[in-house]
Amino acid sequence: MSMSRRQRTRAVRGVQYGVLALVVAAVAFGANWGEIRRAFFDLDVAQAQFPDIITTALVNTVVYTLLGFGFGLALGLILALMRLSSVPPYRWLATAYIEFFRGVPALLVFIALGFGVPIAFQVVINQYVTVMLALGLVGAAYMAETIRAGIQAVPKGQVEAARSLGMSQGRAMRSIVIPQAFRIVLPPLTNELILLTKDSSLVYLLGLSLGQYELAKFGRDALNENRSLTPILVAGLCYLIITLPLGHLVRRLEARTAKAR
Amino acid sequence: MSEHKTTAADQKTTAAEEKADEAAIRVEGLHKSFGELEVLKGIDFTVRPGEVVCVIGPSGSGKSTLLRCVNLLEEPTAGTVALSGTELTDPDVDIDRVRRRIGMVFQSFNLFPHLSVLDNLTIAQRRVLGRTKDEARRIGRANLRRVGVSEKESAYPAQLSGGQQQRVAIARALSMEPELMLFDEPTSALDPELVGDVLAVMRRLADEGMTMMVVTHEMSFAREVADRVVFMDGGVIVEEGPPTRVIGDPQHQRTRTFLSRVLDPAAASVTEAGTEAEAEAEAETGAAATEGDALRG
Repeated sequence: MSMSRRQRTRAVRGVQYGVLALVVAAVAFGANWGEIRRAFFDLDVAQAQFPDIITTALVNTVVYTLLGFGFGLALGLILALMRLSSVPPYRWLATAYIEFFRGVPALLVFIALGFGVPIAFQVVINQYVTVMLALGLVGAAYMAETIRAGIQAVPKGQVEAARSLGMSQGRAMRSIVIPQAFRIVLPPLTNELILLTKDSSLVYLLGLSLGQYELAKFGRDALNENRSLTPILVAGLCYLIITLPLGHLVRRLEARTAKAR
Repeated sequence: MSEHKTTAADQKTTAAEEKADEAAIRVEGLHKSFGELEVLKGIDFTVRPGEVVCVIGPSGSGKSTLLRCVNLLEEPTAGTVALSGTELTDPDVDIDRVRRRIGMVFQSFNLFPHLSVLDNLTIAQRRVLGRTKDEARRIGRANLRRVGVSEKESAYPAQLSGGQQQRVAIARALSMEPELMLFDEPTSALDPELVGDVLAVMRRLADEGMTMMVVTHEMSFAREVADRVVFMDGGVIVEEGPPTRVIGDPQHQRTRTFLSRVLDPAAASVTEAGTEAEAEAEAETGAAATEGDALRG
């Protein structure tokens, strides 16, 4: 039996829709909707989360993330410049740092800073400082590689033009190369901010007081309290409040970069 | 020339001071290698103050490298480069201080894309010369007028045509008030209809008495504007002299071959019955030589 090309296309598409309809039907009739609604969509439980989940948890998540991102960005820039240094030991140090912190789980870094350092050195570190260091140390390793790629993506002619105007190497770097490099790496850096937002959930390890709860910890406590998954869903949606606009921003920035080329 | 600018570099060698007034640029025994490849094989030449020198020659002849050695964008392998008596190749000379006295214009413009046109002109004035914002803007605007792109001062480079970008690049270099301007194939990246504006600006600059060294393929510009034409091939200066001689009546076979290709590329490729790439590679074949003679006669 031979089919025309159009018939074949139609048949393939028909089968795909058929499979989809079967799966939807199986879920619709097979699932226990009463249980699911109780577990995930308990409106009373959901309402009880507000306003604290926004005023405390969401705000703390943003604060932790920004602390870590700010520190990580500064350290990442230093590491990127070290990677490009003409002094070999700087390059080795930066490479070692980047390889180490990209290779170990962020969880370990949090444990080391949250418990290891205070025990080993008998010091008390401010909670926010710990968060900033832990998130920043990990983020810096990723950001360093991104920034280095950005610096290298700035055309060589830019440095030559700057130098031919009498700028020193450092001045050319600061005034000409780095501003352009940051434009180039804005989309990947925003992606890094999204990843850090999610990594900020690891803060729960440090043992937080109520006012320091961030979204994940907040949701988990409410889960224990209410024996309902609803708070987790609400917390998840709150993360999306942060990450979806950022993701949208990345796409717009990428489109702008693509147009500028 | 340099009495009002008392930089440490200027006072460098007293012996060289005497040369200061006779040569804007003095290049002696210049060699440059990139790894195994020797691009410049011993270059000696001078540019006098106020002189316009055009450097011509086939691609790969080393003319751009020579230009880039003059402001040390390329570090010479051997030999010396002196600017009004200041020896740039001396390791103790602060090259950043010397470079601000040499303007450079690139084939690919190299404007700073993240800065507006006016900021392109002011950034080095402010960061390198320490001029105030107002002063830098005043000088920048004056130079934009000079090259005829005043109305674009708040535009970004990407919004300009190639010809406008190159004229802004010239204005940027002029804003540093250099003693000398280097042009590295300034019109090679331009659409043909935009070349004229840039050449006009350069011509005016030459008329105003600017010392200029221009690497170019624009033979009519070289013929009309240059005081002296230098023909390079294979990393050496083959021939130099006034344009009427080097372009009008070349003494060397290699110069004649090159000129015949540049002045009448269509005829060259037809006679060679080959692709342009081949034609370029076989710069010294017999066929090419006959052509050169034909053109001369």
